[in-house]
Amino acid sequence: MSTILSLRNVWVEYGDKVIIENLSLDIEEGSFVSVVGPSGAGKSSFLRLILGQEGPSRGKIRLDGTPLPPECGPDRGVVFQRYSTFPHLTALRNVMFGHECDGAPFSARLFGSAKRKAREEAADMLTAVGLGANLDSYPAEMSGGMQQRLAIAQALIKRPRILLLDEPLGALDPGIRADMHELILRLWRDYALTIVMVTHDIREAFTLGTRVLTLDKRRHDPQAPHRYGATVVYDLPLDKENAQVTYHAERITIDEVSNN
Amino acid sequence: MRWVNRQVGRSNRIFLGSLPILLLVLTYLFLAVQRHEANPADKILPLPSAMVSSMSALIMVPDKLSGQFIFWADTLASLQRLGIGLGISTLMALAVGLVLGILPPVRATFGPLVTGIAVIPPIALLPILFIALGLGETAKVALIVVGIAPVMIRDIAAHVQALPRELIIKAQTLGASSWQVMIRVALPQAMPRLIHAIRLALGPAWVFLISAEAIASDVGLGYRIFLVRRYLSMDVILPYVAWIALLAIAIDFALVTISKRGFAWAHGDDH
Repeated sequence: MSTILSLRNVWVEYGDKVIIENLSLDIEEGSFVSVVGPSGAGKSSFLRLILGQEGPSRGKIRLDGTPLPPECGPDRGVVFQRYSTFPHLTALRNVMFGHECDGAPFSARLFGSAKRKAREEAADMLTAVGLGANLDSYPAEMSGGMQQRLAIAQALIKRPRILLLDEPLGALDPGIRADMHELILRLWRDYALTIVMVTHDIREAFTLGTRVLTLDKRRHDPQAPHRYGATVVYDLPLDKENAQVTYHAERITIDEVSNN
Repeated sequence: MRWVNRQVGRSNRIFLGSLPILLLVLTYLFLAVQRHEANPADKILPLPSAMVSSMSALIMVPDKLSGQFIFWADTLASLQRLGIGLGISTLMALAVGLVLGILPPVRATFGPLVTGIAVIPPIALLPILFIALGLGETAKVALIVVGIAPVMIRDIAAHVQALPRELIIKAQTLGASSWQVMIRVALPQAMPRLIHAIRLALGPAWVFLISAEAIASDVGLGYRIFLVRRYLSMDVILPYVAWIALLAIAIDFALVTISKRGFAWAHGDDH
């Protein structure tokens, strides 16, 4: 498989505070990369780098061979732990948002056949994540799990090159997490996605990922802990088939696709 | 049971809420009767009968000089000034507040200016407005705008700026430009806050309206109150003040209703 994203000697520094230190990494197309590490080890900074929310202070990041601009774009989708959906739009309008931005630069609203097409595609996507019965619900009327399903559908409608998940299941309870694991894996396979997921849950990282990265500081100066940054200390490729077995053994809910 | 846990039912709430108002009215009546027993021509605390007779003259009998019904002409003039002032302020708050809140370069350029204007006491600008704009309607509306718009702008700007960063990022990953983020993400989410800001600005807006009318006007609720003050006509002043309070409550109620109807998503506890 080809490399979709490559980081070369990337540093993130704020003044004399080093967050990420000399990180080099290649991410293959179609892989599911889990990122774990202790708090404050730059997991979120790493994600912000790929997202383009901030640029590296040194080093190069390339997406499909072209340098990544330090700005978010539609080629990288994202799901955050919270605030991933627009509270003022229904589920359907949330998912249509991507097409509306594309199709109408000035009004950001579609009309006529374009609107009908966007609506159908959005409804299909919502059905795929198990929200077919909640097209007209507002996010505030949904449970945490449903909101994350919505956020995933919203991101996938743009067919991003990479899907970034920032602790997407951190606020959900264990039963719903298992359902969400299944959903994410199914979407990853069906849509041939490349996923980078930051998580606190090591079991989740190994369950879902085809590759687990651990970010941590290699060196530590007790007098000046901020002088050394984090980098990849473990890089474990996983055999997906084995992970699949353990995953099924720990399922908690009975429903095949439950509408949590 | 602790007092913090004592919930009050609907019918009880109406009863409890009307109790102090009733008490106040009774106290007034008691004092007024007492004063009238001592001096039947007392003007300071007029009896309801005197209020009704002088108000019905203002409400139902056209003025001999102008041919207008004075009470309604006053109400219309004041509401018109208030409405135009609130309208202009609202549009300014929406446009300027939105841009200040969402675009960092604009905020850096114009933020200090807006803050500077907002800290000037508006009444101190009244002479400038009268000199520059004359004594007509423009100066009165301008006083309301100068008085409430800066506060509303800062409120909307702060609200937009405090929107979760994640939403702005998410919109961009869905392909939104600055303009699209502004009109599809920031604007709709600022609308409920805007209505809230109007509600809060309503009090100061009335203050500035009455002040402007008191100083230079020939019609208006504030003008009338300050005019009849010369004759100690409490029988007109008190009903006028009550009428202003009633109007303010009605406008506030209308704004709350609009917010709940139009932006149900923002009133999460109502679901």
